[in-house]
Amino acid sequence: MAMITFREALRQAMDEEMARDERVILIGEEVGEYNGAYKVSQGLLEKYGPERVIDTPISEEGFTGIGVGAAIAGLRPIVEWMTFNFSLMAIDQVINNAAKMLYMSGGQFNVPIVFRGPNGPAECLAAQHSQALQSIYAHVPGLKVVAPSTPYDAKGLLKSAIRDDNPVIFLEAELMYSWKGEVPEEEYLIPIGKADIKREGKDVTVITYSKPLKSVMEAVDALSEEGIEVEVVDLRSLRPLDEETIYRSVRKTNRCVIVEEAWPVASFGSYVGWLVSKNTFDYLDAPVELVSMEDVPMPYNHTLELAAQPTTDKIVSAIKKVLYL
Amino acid sequence: MAEKLPMLALSPTMEEGTIISWKKKEGEKVEMGEVICEVETDKAAMEYESPASGVLLKILVPEGKTARVGEPIAILGEEGETLDLETEEQPKVEAQPAEVEGASKSSIEKTPEKAEKAHETTVEEQSKRLKISPLAKKLAEEHGIDVSKIKGSGPGGRIIKRDIEAAISSTTLTPPAGIIKPAIASAETSEIQEIPITQKRKIIAKRLSESKFSAPHYYLRTKVIVDELMKTRRILEEETGMKISFNAFLIKLVAEALKKHPRINASWGEDKILLYKRIDIGLAVAQEDGLITPVVRDCGSKGILKISEELKDLIERARQGRLNPEEYTGATFTISNLGMFDIEEFTAIINPPASAILAVGKIHDEPIVEDGEIHIHLVIRLTLSCDHRVIDGAVGAAFLQDLKRMIEMPLRTLL
Repeated sequence: MAMITFREALRQAMDEEMARDERVILIGEEVGEYNGAYKVSQGLLEKYGPERVIDTPISEEGFTGIGVGAAIAGLRPIVEWMTFNFSLMAIDQVINNAAKMLYMSGGQFNVPIVFRGPNGPAECLAAQHSQALQSIYAHVPGLKVVAPSTPYDAKGLLKSAIRDDNPVIFLEAELMYSWKGEVPEEEYLIPIGKADIKREGKDVTVITYSKPLKSVMEAVDALSEEGIEVEVVDLRSLRPLDEETIYRSVRKTNRCVIVEEAWPVASFGSYVGWLVSKNTFDYLDAPVELVSMEDVPMPYNHTLELAAQPTTDKIVSAIKKVLYL
Repeated sequence: MAEKLPMLALSPTMEEGTIISWKKKEGEKVEMGEVICEVETDKAAMEYESPASGVLLKILVPEGKTARVGEPIAILGEEGETLDLETEEQPKVEAQPAEVEGASKSSIEKTPEKAEKAHETTVEEQSKRLKISPLAKKLAEEHGIDVSKIKGSGPGGRIIKRDIEAAISSTTLTPPAGIIKPAIASAETSEIQEIPITQKRKIIAKRLSESKFSAPHYYLRTKVIVDELMKTRRILEEETGMKISFNAFLIKLVAEALKKHPRINASWGEDKILLYKRIDIGLAVAQEDGLITPVVRDCGSKGILKISEELKDLIERARQGRLNPEEYTGATFTISNLGMFDIEEFTAIINPPASAILAVGKIHDEPIVEDGEIHIHLVIRLTLSCDHRVIDGAVGAAFLQDLKRMIEMPLRTLL
């Protein structure tokens, strides 16, 4: 299998879907002439032309609304936000139009659209440009929310997202774009709504998704040297959520740690924590732990910035806590 | 309102402090920040500054005495406030559980009794509340474990899975934790060889522990002259041309003695005693990996030759491990003979459901004084272990006396 970057996996997914279905278009800032702010859409303008790869002005609400309208009218747009921080400008279009249209039209209008871009902190981007906003989108009925952690998952899930008849929020991360992973040559899809066991273990379940998977795996490797076998559940999709995989794992290990890159208050992870406590209550030997970002605006100072995130050390100590070690 | 001044941690590592001197006397006014006493910590002598203004109502820890961090050392209040000294006399006793709720524990309020009571209730309620993880609770229910007897090893004494698992394993096969520890420290585990427990060993361990722990054993010893028995045996062997084992004689004679003492041929049945009409005598036989007790049935109505023949067959098959369960269970009396190992006498553990076991030592020559003269006789020593729930001392002794007399003169069986 070829080792490719996360960025390349996303590009391949869009390329294959654009080749497969001419209703698929890409719209956003710098997606064409500049080949994407993070080079995810490299070569697509050249291949599919300016009618299908559309550069827009800096006007998130405008081009997001154009995308929603185009989807209602029959196209299958991919809207690229340069980062999810800028999606806040366009959130009214997402929540009030994309997410509601099917429901409010009594099932007449589907909105087959993908909103994608980097989410969460990168490095030294300060408080306004380092936000992880998945909990806000996962809060809204009518949206699907997908957050892959590997190039393989990213490609298979983005293709499924583009083919989905509903609006899909597709969360990437700037620091993940250069991560490499094995991706097969032949075509494959990964269904939205299926979690993946990234590591099997019997002692404790760690539930995570997206970028923190890397820190989780570092913690898991360190703990395996102490004889602790951690099971890692990568949610991949927040909405719909694969609850059964979560419960099966927690029933096996009796302990659960949730790791996510988001503020802890009213976060997606705290929702999963409630589900686990409620549905596997009789199987728990320890309270569910949540390792999140600290409840502060992201500091610009790099040392503080790192300390505000769910680090490997924090994950290790949370795992030991539920193991009473 | 009066408040207690606790011993403070005046250095980061301080756990207790000794009052070197009080700078203020009882009844004296104190300003906030004023030094009221000097405290010797683990590091140095430190000044204790008053956290509030008021009157030093009472010194609880006198000079030269020590208080742990958090324990009250004095009471600060307003002029004219009175104290219920009785409740204040023993600061140490109060200090321990009260620390959690220190704020509500001011027993010199206007209504000290009420405050005291309200406080006690909360402490009591808190300690009554059992902390247990949901999983541990479920496991305990499944295994019938009484969680109120378990000490939790989790935070705040929470009972967790491993506590229940420990309780389960200690109630099944292994002895209670702490009784048996390896004799060698764990660092030297290479010096220990672990032998896996076979099913048979488990059963032996379980049955004999049950017997020894639940049946109150007592022991009766006697010395028996066997000259006559050996002579009888020789005569019978000559006459029949067959070998008759010594154990067969013992079984026969025990059966005859049991007929006269039916209370010995019995079992403890918790709310009743079961007397057996049939006499089934087991004989402990050593095997390579344990021991087994083949049973000769209905010994009371069998002749010595029949018993000897059956015994030979049973012992042979016992050594080969080919006995059927019904051939080694349900003895109403047991004999254990270690004479072949030169054991003079020993005590045996009762083999349930029987209520007595006879331990037989080796046949040997012994000088015995009879009518003022020393004679050499062939002798065995018998030790009878009895379950006192079924067999009282005099009843067991009478049986053993009759048995002794029958062995010494087998003719007495005719009586």
